[in-house]
Amino acid sequence: MLTWLLEPLTFAFMQRGLLAAALVGVVCALVGTYVVLRGMAFLGDALPHAILPGVAAGYLLGGGARGPVLWGSLVAAIFTALGIGALTRGARIREDSAIGIFFAGMFALGIALISSIRSYAVDLTHFLFGNVLGVTANDLWLTAALGGLVILVILAFYKEFMVLAFDPRLAATLRLPTNFLENLLLVLIALTIVIALQTVGIALMVAMLVTPAVTASLLTRRLHWMMALAAAIAAFSGVAGLYLSYYAGIASGAAIVLVCTACFLVVWGGQSLRPQRA
Amino acid sequence: MSLLERLRDFTHPGAPHADHAPFVRLQNVSAHYDGVLALEDISLELYGGEQVAVVGPNGAGKSTLFKVIAGIHPPSRGTATMRGSDPRQHICIAYLPQRTEVDWRFPVTVQDVVMMGRVSKMGLFRRPHPTDWQAVHECLALVNLESLAARQIQELSGGQQQRMFIAQALAQEAELLMMDEPLNGLDAPSQEEVFNILAELKQRRVTVLVAMHDLGLAARRFDRVLLLNRRLVGFGRPGEVFTEAHLRRAYGGHLQMVETPEGTLVLNDTCCDDDAHAH
Repeated sequence: MLTWLLEPLTFAFMQRGLLAAALVGVVCALVGTYVVLRGMAFLGDALPHAILPGVAAGYLLGGGARGPVLWGSLVAAIFTALGIGALTRGARIREDSAIGIFFAGMFALGIALISSIRSYAVDLTHFLFGNVLGVTANDLWLTAALGGLVILVILAFYKEFMVLAFDPRLAATLRLPTNFLENLLLVLIALTIVIALQTVGIALMVAMLVTPAVTASLLTRRLHWMMALAAAIAAFSGVAGLYLSYYAGIASGAAIVLVCTACFLVVWGGQSLRPQRA
Repeated sequence: MSLLERLRDFTHPGAPHADHAPFVRLQNVSAHYDGVLALEDISLELYGGEQVAVVGPNGAGKSTLFKVIAGIHPPSRGTATMRGSDPRQHICIAYLPQRTEVDWRFPVTVQDVVMMGRVSKMGLFRRPHPTDWQAVHECLALVNLESLAARQIQELSGGQQQRMFIAQALAQEAELLMMDEPLNGLDAPSQEEVFNILAELKQRRVTVLVAMHDLGLAARRFDRVLLLNRRLVGFGRPGEVFTEAHLRRAYGGHLQMVETPEGTLVLNDTCCDDDAHAH
């Protein structure tokens, strides 16, 4: 058993991958808690798709280097997140409709850009489905720095975000700067997506945002416990998923999400079997 | 606005209260909601410590009126003031949600929800101080919910849920408390508990506005009633406001007049969750 656990660790790429997967899991779970509580799962799915043009542009301009891709996705993510905020605030368009229009358009633009460089499409599938084993030491530092920033902001604004999520009208009558907080949350989601891009990729991102948080919500009735549990579940899924990927020879992003989903099913099944509390 | 100023927004001292200014004053207020004219030319004054029932048919603008008074919805014409200054500068205004608007599965306990009322007093990056917890527990005791402080909010009954939000307003140290249909879906004993707390609030000189459908309750339990149908139809003692002419203006064709032994009017409005329907 011990050798089974230690053997993958002899590879430096596995060490980096495990660290990255756990870290990204924690960041996704904390931000995902608010995504779940505010019913933003659709945005959590759409926003990663919408950064594809940024990814593609960065890839084209940087000739495949990772830096430009990251900055491209960062710009696209923040632009799209704030764009959707502006579009739905006091507008006549329903939020889900706005998301549907805006994000599908962005995704189409990304695909259009990719299709112009068909030979590079193989590398770009890494952005769609993730490639956590390709994480370099530099990537890891960047992930840690951005992830640490996101976690700090979430902890700093914990009670304000809680009030805004529970009762936006209370936030308004308490004279909290609600627009600022709304935009800050969107930027945090955007940053998280950029961080998680390499681990799980665009297509499966929503699972990392939503599944650990929902699983945790079945287990606890306090917000801080929900965040802690979600982070633990996501970190475990990241690590266990990579082992699964290593031994079963399956794609890493998919393996992580499958472990996540299994965690949810076990908890959900356990809750359904137990008699309901009054 | 600089980031530093932004951050300062999180701790709010609240506006000073001018002693001689009216508690709440609306002057020629009109307001649009979703592009529709919801309030038209409303002028009124509220006294500190009074309890007012706000009645009118569905869509009469009751919620918009509350939002304008709370300073969270801008009037398209006219001005609203509280104690002589813009309501947006006050942190002593509470506008409680309707129970149907609340996500009861939200992972918070009763005391967490009450603590939310103190968030802008604590300030940014600060965690609740022991004195904040003490205030929360005093407020819970006041509404008789202390024993349920650690319960998840989903486990409360309708009346308890309503009392929890009143405790939140008390923790906020609200001087103006507005409630939207707090009695809807409550059985008679639970309604009575809410009225007991309203009596306690009266002792504390908290001004209370309650939007409701039951005109009988409004007439029996409140100092003044405000009859609204986009315009202010009547505002004063129930006997002066609930006249046939006023009620016909407010409710139009949906009105049924019935004389009871006490001489009060029973009404059957467009809302469907109250009394029996007489046809």
